[in-house]
Amino acid sequence: MSKKNKKVTEDSLTKLNAIKPATNAIFNVIFALLAIICFTPIIFIFIISITDNNVIKQQGYQFFVTAKTFSGAAYSYLWSQRATILQALWVSIYVTVLGTVIGVVLTALMGYVLSRKEHKLNNFLTILIFIPMVFGGGMAATYVVNTQILHMYDTMWILILPLAVSSFNVTIARTFFRTTIPDSIIESARIDGASQWTIFFKIVVPVSKPVLATIGLFLAFGYWNDWFQAKLYISSDNLRSLQSMLNQMQASMDYLTKNPTALLGDSAALRNAMPAESARMAIAFIVAVPIACIYPFFQKYFISGLTVGAVKG
Amino acid sequence: MSEQKTAKAAKPEKTPKLTKDRKIKWTRDDTELTILALPTTVWYILFCYLPMFGIIIAFKDYSLTAGKGFLGSLMDSPWVGLKNFKYFFGLRDFPMVLRNTILYNLVFIVLDIALPVGLAMIINNLHSKKASKFYQTLMFMPHFMSWVVVSYFVYAFLVTDKGLLNAIIRACGGKNIGWYTTGKYWPAILIFMHVWKTLGYSMVVYLASITGIDTSMYEAAVLDGANKTQQAFYITLPSLKPIIIMMFILSVGHIFSSDFGLFYQVSQGANQPLTPYVATLDVKTYLMLTSPSVTLGQTSAASMFQAVVGCITILLANGIVRKVDKSSALI
Repeated sequence: MSKKNKKVTEDSLTKLNAIKPATNAIFNVIFALLAIICFTPIIFIFIISITDNNVIKQQGYQFFVTAKTFSGAAYSYLWSQRATILQALWVSIYVTVLGTVIGVVLTALMGYVLSRKEHKLNNFLTILIFIPMVFGGGMAATYVVNTQILHMYDTMWILILPLAVSSFNVTIARTFFRTTIPDSIIESARIDGASQWTIFFKIVVPVSKPVLATIGLFLAFGYWNDWFQAKLYISSDNLRSLQSMLNQMQASMDYLTKNPTALLGDSAALRNAMPAESARMAIAFIVAVPIACIYPFFQKYFISGLTVGAVKG
Repeated sequence: MSEQKTAKAAKPEKTPKLTKDRKIKWTRDDTELTILALPTTVWYILFCYLPMFGIIIAFKDYSLTAGKGFLGSLMDSPWVGLKNFKYFFGLRDFPMVLRNTILYNLVFIVLDIALPVGLAMIINNLHSKKASKFYQTLMFMPHFMSWVVVSYFVYAFLVTDKGLLNAIIRACGGKNIGWYTTGKYWPAILIFMHVWKTLGYSMVVYLASITGIDTSMYEAAVLDGANKTQQAFYITLPSLKPIIIMMFILSVGHIFSSDFGLFYQVSQGANQPLTPYVATLDVKTYLMLTSPSVTLGQTSAASMFQAVVGCITILLANGIVRKVDKSSALI
């Protein structure tokens, strides 16, 4: 009876504390509008990509497509250029997968070592990862080092290595290891004669899958979306990722017609045949759509990663 | 703190000598941990510390001599003192890019706290949790789009002859506006795009903190007759203070840096006549780096200026916060 009473009080409290239905309706409208503003552009470029090019030429980009103005020419054109696009897709996937693996390993190793407070170099390593958080060499010095000392200009490595580690991710890993893995477990494993190597791979990694997945996701999205490294350091077309290809296209609007692999015959005829406007938007769409489809499933890891990172230590 | 305690407790009291030895002596454990940290340490040296050392070329008239490598060329190039800095500070663009960077960042700092915090407090009160989740997910989308993709989005709306915005203006009886050739619109466009891309993400982060607030505080407040506004100002906002301060320090620390993608990519290359409105320090450094007439030393001077003032601001901001409220300080 008293339990029931308590529940009734709580319910009425929540009800009492709820906003009025009218206010709720207004707030819902505001958020619906914001959500539409955030999501509309991707739908818009999809509609452009399936609109007939002549219609675009005459009337500009339309937000609605009818049976009359519909055209799949952009996508059949992209299909005819699949060699170029698949190569870019391959670079994107290769860089993302390899970079994420390297990044997670390097981050987890450093995070684990930093979480061991009894380590003699703990202070030194903490400072080592802290300084780059507040000070950096800047774009020019980094460019000189990458090209003239490390000789990575126009190689796959320049797309992978510089983005592999960030002090932010290392801090997330360290905080996680410190707060979730009891010292007693590591202590007892050491007494049993396990090396740190064994402890790391047999004990720490298996229980740290959530944080490693979060860091992996941060890295994977970072690699997939990166275009800046390629803009500065890549000149060969076969090292261009999808993002970089899109960026390149922006720089020279007729990238595909210029591309040697895209030359099937007379380039002028090809240029006329290419559904320029809709094809460009079609590429932008196929670059954006994989992420737009999968991020809802990973959203919560991004938030948890940030809240873990907010815990200083 | 607590870990140190448990570590001490785990060690038996009767062997104080061992504990003492542990503290001084380099053990097998230390060696193993050092080996584990080695790959990442090497990474840090190569990709963070070498560039810091590379800043030295800002004080030199550096150029790469064929066959000598970086070090050889560095030794050969003469010291020029502050000449490169004088060049950079003497550029006609310098006050402009500095002003742009700081002004844009000031606007961003205010908006990045006020809007997401406000919206997070509102969305937390929606009756339907399902609707709330739905809005959050849709508003999160821009965070995952690269600036290259976003610049295509913007292009579809703004391009003069075909863009949707001009079509709407024409339908309302107006005339085409050359968005990409009129600089005065760009502060508004860039601020809008920045908010568009970051709002959903920041809102969800603040929301995560709001849902972590003890609900009994609100219950007590309701019993005391507090209305929604009072609850927001006396419970929610004070509870959010630490995370707001942290975000504030971070953004103040970055007041001299800017998102290159936003300023360069969205404006389709920050060309004239947009330059006075969209060029920031990062855009300027990039343009100097890719320009054949500017030496690497001069560009390094620009980078170094940005790095040094950035470092000073972040330490200063943190120092001030530490004075006011020690527990909120970041470092």
